[in-house]
Amino acid sequence: MVSEESSAAGLYVHIPFCRSRCAYCDFCSVTDTGLIERFLDALCTEIDACPKEFERFDTIYMGGGTPSLLSLRQIKALLEKIYHAFLVLPDSEITIEVNPADWGRDDLVALRDLGINRISVGVQSLDEKELVFLGRRHSSRQAMRTMEDAVVAGFTNMSVDLIYGLPGQTFSRWQDSLAGVLRFGPAHLSCYELELKPHTPLGLQYERGELEPRTEDSLRDFFMRTSLFLEDAGYLHYEISSFAAGMDKASRHNRKYWDHTPYLGLGPSAHSFRGGRRWWNHSSLIDYLRDLSAARQPVSGSEDLDQGQLRLEAWFLGLRTRKGIDLQQYRRRFCCDLLEEKGPLLKEWETAGLVEIADGFIRPTRAGMAVADSLALL
Amino acid sequence: MEDIRNFSIIAHIDHGKSTLADRLILKTGVCDLRTYKDQMLDNMDIERERGITIKSQAISLPYQAKDGKTYSLNLIDTPGHVDFSYEVSRSLASCEGVLLLIDAAQGVQAQTLANLYLALEHDLEIIPVINKIDLPSADVDRVLEQIDVELGLDPDTHLKCSAKEGTGIEEILEAVVQRIPPPTGDALAPLAALIFDAHYDSFRGTVIHCRVFDGTVKAGDTIRFMFNDSVYRVEEVGHFLLTRQKRERLTAGEVGYIIAGVKTVADVGIGDTITLEERPCAKPLPGFKEIKPVVFASIYPIASDDYEDLAVALEKYKLNDAAFVYEKDSSVALGQGFRCGFLGLLHLDIVQERLEREYDLSIILSVPSVRYRFTLKDGTVEYVDNPSHYPNVMAIEKSEEPYIRASMMMPDRYLGAVMSLCIEKRGVNSNLHYTSPGRAELTFEMPLSEVIYDFYDRFKSVTQGYGSFDYDIIDYRESHLVLLDILVNGEKVDALSQIVHRERARARGVQACDRLREEIPRQMFKIAIQGAIGGEIISRSTISAFRKDVTAKCYGGDISRKRKLLEKQKQGKKRMKMIGSVSIPQSAFLAVLKSDTD
Repeated sequence: MVSEESSAAGLYVHIPFCRSRCAYCDFCSVTDTGLIERFLDALCTEIDACPKEFERFDTIYMGGGTPSLLSLRQIKALLEKIYHAFLVLPDSEITIEVNPADWGRDDLVALRDLGINRISVGVQSLDEKELVFLGRRHSSRQAMRTMEDAVVAGFTNMSVDLIYGLPGQTFSRWQDSLAGVLRFGPAHLSCYELELKPHTPLGLQYERGELEPRTEDSLRDFFMRTSLFLEDAGYLHYEISSFAAGMDKASRHNRKYWDHTPYLGLGPSAHSFRGGRRWWNHSSLIDYLRDLSAARQPVSGSEDLDQGQLRLEAWFLGLRTRKGIDLQQYRRRFCCDLLEEKGPLLKEWETAGLVEIADGFIRPTRAGMAVADSLALL
Repeated sequence: MEDIRNFSIIAHIDHGKSTLADRLILKTGVCDLRTYKDQMLDNMDIERERGITIKSQAISLPYQAKDGKTYSLNLIDTPGHVDFSYEVSRSLASCEGVLLLIDAAQGVQAQTLANLYLALEHDLEIIPVINKIDLPSADVDRVLEQIDVELGLDPDTHLKCSAKEGTGIEEILEAVVQRIPPPTGDALAPLAALIFDAHYDSFRGTVIHCRVFDGTVKAGDTIRFMFNDSVYRVEEVGHFLLTRQKRERLTAGEVGYIIAGVKTVADVGIGDTITLEERPCAKPLPGFKEIKPVVFASIYPIASDDYEDLAVALEKYKLNDAAFVYEKDSSVALGQGFRCGFLGLLHLDIVQERLEREYDLSIILSVPSVRYRFTLKDGTVEYVDNPSHYPNVMAIEKSEEPYIRASMMMPDRYLGAVMSLCIEKRGVNSNLHYTSPGRAELTFEMPLSEVIYDFYDRFKSVTQGYGSFDYDIIDYRESHLVLLDILVNGEKVDALSQIVHRERARARGVQACDRLREEIPRQMFKIAIQGAIGGEIISRSTISAFRKDVTAKCYGGDISRKRKLLEKQKQGKKRMKMIGSVSIPQSAFLAVLKSDTD
């Protein structure tokens, strides 16, 4: 758990536009693409006005929304603005999220020329019916085409997002999507369990009783078997939903969220963290634009974390990663010995096969990761 | 005395009693809008939230009537639940009249009738007041017919108002002056004052609320509580306005307070008669009853470190609640705690809530019990209200449990449902009569333990809220009792033990296991719950292990939201008690008493 303020920070840029809303998504996004230019202007204003204490960055992550709705010219201008305003270290990890079918092979090559070295493709599934159910606007063929294009364009660090646990989905159908994606040799996979969140189309269907949610047992089965399947294929299950072909392919940017490294978030709903303080922008694009046009910081809220809160975060975030909690570092940060404080409980977990305690770390096992949130409560 | 009126407002719950009280207070100018607080008389948080009056209160309203004279109108508020029916009867005994408040949309309801009977019992002048006439659904004609037929009152005597909008208030105040008779009594006779309430003031000690029927009392007098047989010296007397107003004396007909160096409210018996030591009245005022707790449960702190805080809190709480009793107790499963006695389940609920709210304590209550009587083979008699003191089975000659006479009033269409409920609850010796066409009064003799179980909830539900219920404890009757234990992962949890009727034991055991399965959240390992009598397992249920969280993503740096969720859940966990390695939530301890039908 590195938390030194001197570590290079992460920069997140939220592009809050989508051509259409996916049926499961409750992220911040709007479909009025006519606002893109205004938004990019505002983003530049935000960059100019943002706090200067972030000295150096070694990751940039453009997420959304759908960054691939922007034109290459717009991406170029944005990155140039960022390179100009911040110190971005050499060999930084620079990621962009891409929706299948938005950009062709030449566009992807051009992205590489802008310094982008990691691409995250929102595939979600390779099954046509599932794609319709999820409200995705691309076909399975288009998804495969984009993955292929990324590989050909020279992206050796490609991540793919997938969703499992759809109502009625069999494991073998899910495994087909996984296997289909593996053919492109992605360096990284994010496999998310489908959540039926309130206020999303799927959430509403569920509330009306039109969707049968999956049982806990079947979801656990998916989780465990996915982990085994991907580990057999050579991937490390290094965080609850994240798999990497070797630790050097783990997401450097996401890691900062999990270990209290400083990060700066730009754009609506983006969160920032530094020196024990976390703050976040308006999640409404309108509020965001309004504040920036009035030369105000578009911040909607903030909190100063006390030791107890930092400790709780370190604890529950640590239990979500395979690396686990570094006991010595924990003791240094919080002046408390976890083994002393929770010894009998940890022993019980170890006996139950939920954690391993070795080499100065508490690491969740696969079964432990499946109940990480519940463990964090104890 | 001619310028005094003593009255109460009685009503079914939610018919607007507190709102009307507020209006009367505002109208008479005791307080202005600035100091007006919503529902002045219900000044405890819990009362305002639950919308029920727990403790009675009193206030004197100076009112200049149309005849040009100024009257002192004493409004005595009454609590509104069956656990406190004795307090209601003492408050009404202090009045000459009542405003019987009826919701114009809902019409006459169970509590309207029950309260009317109480008022008639005290021979009070009754003024029917139809409230909420501003509602679109108001149906005044229908209510007038109900006043005539169901209540047997003269509908021409009614008044209409909207307490919410403040209309018709003047007419009500005039009617109080014109129609409620002034108190009678002899200011020169020996003192006889009825205690209808008492509260604790941290500066002055106990403040006694009383109605003087005869005689006069003033500071410096030596007074005697006739039933308690104790003597005090009066420090101060006065009236209740918004605050206490010191007066020279209280004389016959007046309602007010007496401060006499009484340490706790437990030293004052509600319904007791105050007289002068030197010149006592011939006999006490009628109707005194000693309030005895009938439901018992143990209270434990969830964190054993909080034991001392709990002890202090109980001591303070007790100062203001004479009906509450407690003593030290300890449990194998839950550690050090206190055994407490309550008037009923609502009283128990209120005590629990106030301890948690006002004293910021997290507590666990054991399964409530009544007080059983055992005659042992050696002839000794033991009273047991705590299952962990259950006598050795081999030594018991005879076991007995307390019985009540339940009296229930309802529209006759519910008779069938109520009768089968009472029979299910081991009710015997029923008696039925019609109070008016369509309205029946049913009495049953039933074990008290069945009533504390879930009777009241089910009675309300089968009568759809139209039934009213009251009870008196009558005697102890022989009963075949057994001790039902609950084991969690093989460990006996003594706080979940119950004393039950033999015939009930199996059903209760099954029910307890089922309820616990619902109440205890799944944990990292399998949990077995068993019901046992002696060594014999009679019921069981299993809680399977928890094996999968929703693996929500922790993405985009919004760690705060996730942490806040965990913090909230952790807060919830504080209200659980670790027994062995199983966390049992507070709610589980009361839930075993509730049936599936609520």
